[in-house]
Amino acid sequence: MNPVLIAVLVLSGIGVVCALLLVLASKYMAVPVDEKFPALRGALPGANCGACGYAGCDGYASALAAGEESKANKCIAGGADVAKQLAEILGVQYEAVAEVNAFVHCRGNCSATCKKEIYEGARSCTAAKLLFGGDGACHFGCLGYGDCASVCPEQAINIINGIAHINDIRCMGCGACARACPQGIIEVLPKNIEVFVSCSSHDRGPAVKNVCSAGCIGCTLCAKKCPSEAITIVNNLPVVDNSKCTGCGTCSEVCPSKCILRGNKV
Amino acid sequence: MTKILMIAFMMIFTQNYVLVQFIAICPFLGVSQKFDSCIGMSGAVIFVMTLASAVTWLIYTYIMVPLQIEYLSTIIFILVIAALVQFVEIFLKKFVKPLYKSLGIYLPLITTNCAVLAVTLLNISENYNFVESCVDGFSAGIGFGLALILFCGVRKAVERAKPPKSWEGLPITLFSAALTSMTFMGFTGIADKLFG
Repeated sequence: MNPVLIAVLVLSGIGVVCALLLVLASKYMAVPVDEKFPALRGALPGANCGACGYAGCDGYASALAAGEESKANKCIAGGADVAKQLAEILGVQYEAVAEVNAFVHCRGNCSATCKKEIYEGARSCTAAKLLFGGDGACHFGCLGYGDCASVCPEQAINIINGIAHINDIRCMGCGACARACPQGIIEVLPKNIEVFVSCSSHDRGPAVKNVCSAGCIGCTLCAKKCPSEAITIVNNLPVVDNSKCTGCGTCSEVCPSKCILRGNKV
Repeated sequence: MTKILMIAFMMIFTQNYVLVQFIAICPFLGVSQKFDSCIGMSGAVIFVMTLASAVTWLIYTYIMVPLQIEYLSTIIFILVIAALVQFVEIFLKKFVKPLYKSLGIYLPLITTNCAVLAVTLLNISENYNFVESCVDGFSAGIGFGLALILFCGVRKAVERAKPPKSWEGLPITLFSAALTSMTFMGFTGIADKLFG
């Protein structure tokens, strides 16, 4: 037989066999995809931020589709719109999403505090903290190398004057920054909180005064003056009970170092 | 047995596809950013290379040699490997769910991976028998994985450093790839002394 003909025949033969195999395989080994999954996945924003507690939007959508997850309001990034869509697809009652934002419990910028050492290593808070607990004079404060800013999926964090600032409009409350911060000074709180403590130092008054002019000195004045007894002092820091707080602002007024801020004006 | 050990040693160290022969540079640079994806990709490559070596050796020996169409090996191997990878993907999706979850997204990438084609063609040109071919494919995959994981570590270190502006990104990555590849030159000649 003509060698060209053999080549053509064998090649197309192998091609046809492979094609048949794949067709049969896709027919008999097809995995039924849950019809809800693409709709649910489509409704989610796709930021893969992990605020819902799953590995990503795919994870949350498949858990919802499989019925392992019953709450449709876990997507904080998507907010009310996404929660409504998800509830509609699943046919469950819509529940409001808690609107949350990230807050930085520190105001020790370069004009309020100083560095205790000159750090020349990798530009990362985690790395800086490994060396004698960070280069800041205050042991608790923001290191300012922007580990939070680099993980933020919405670019909502800027390092201004050595401290992390959160853009309230851009922040969707996923909490990636809170998980990344080696100092643990970023917290995800409801958007509408009345007062907010902008310091994380558990040191006593004089020790704080020595290193930072914006820090809480633990004077307990706020706790004493609060008319609704919503503030308790734990480890030299005020802790606000948001269920008791009426938003009168007395604490903010009496605070000598002005580290209790009102409302969303952080 | 000695030959099999020698093949394995050569494929992993002295003839490492990525770092010595510069095959499959594309996935090497593309997937080496994260450790998890390195592991996934290496697993998928090892799996596919072993399987492809076995299947192409059978096709070559029992179909192509009797019909005297050995010159078609490149095109037939591409066809067979592509179909094989697709088939494996469908098969894993149905029967081995956990494996599909960890390797799944990397399988389509391997369809057109030149290292897989290279290993099958090399099996033929080296006149390996069936077992040797399979070992060759398997250890070539291990070698690929080793290079990927080593380079992932190098990249992590490079990421932390601040190179000059003009070197940032791909240039510094290629520099570090070159240096990593030079370390593998140290293995040259060991195989002959060790198994010779």
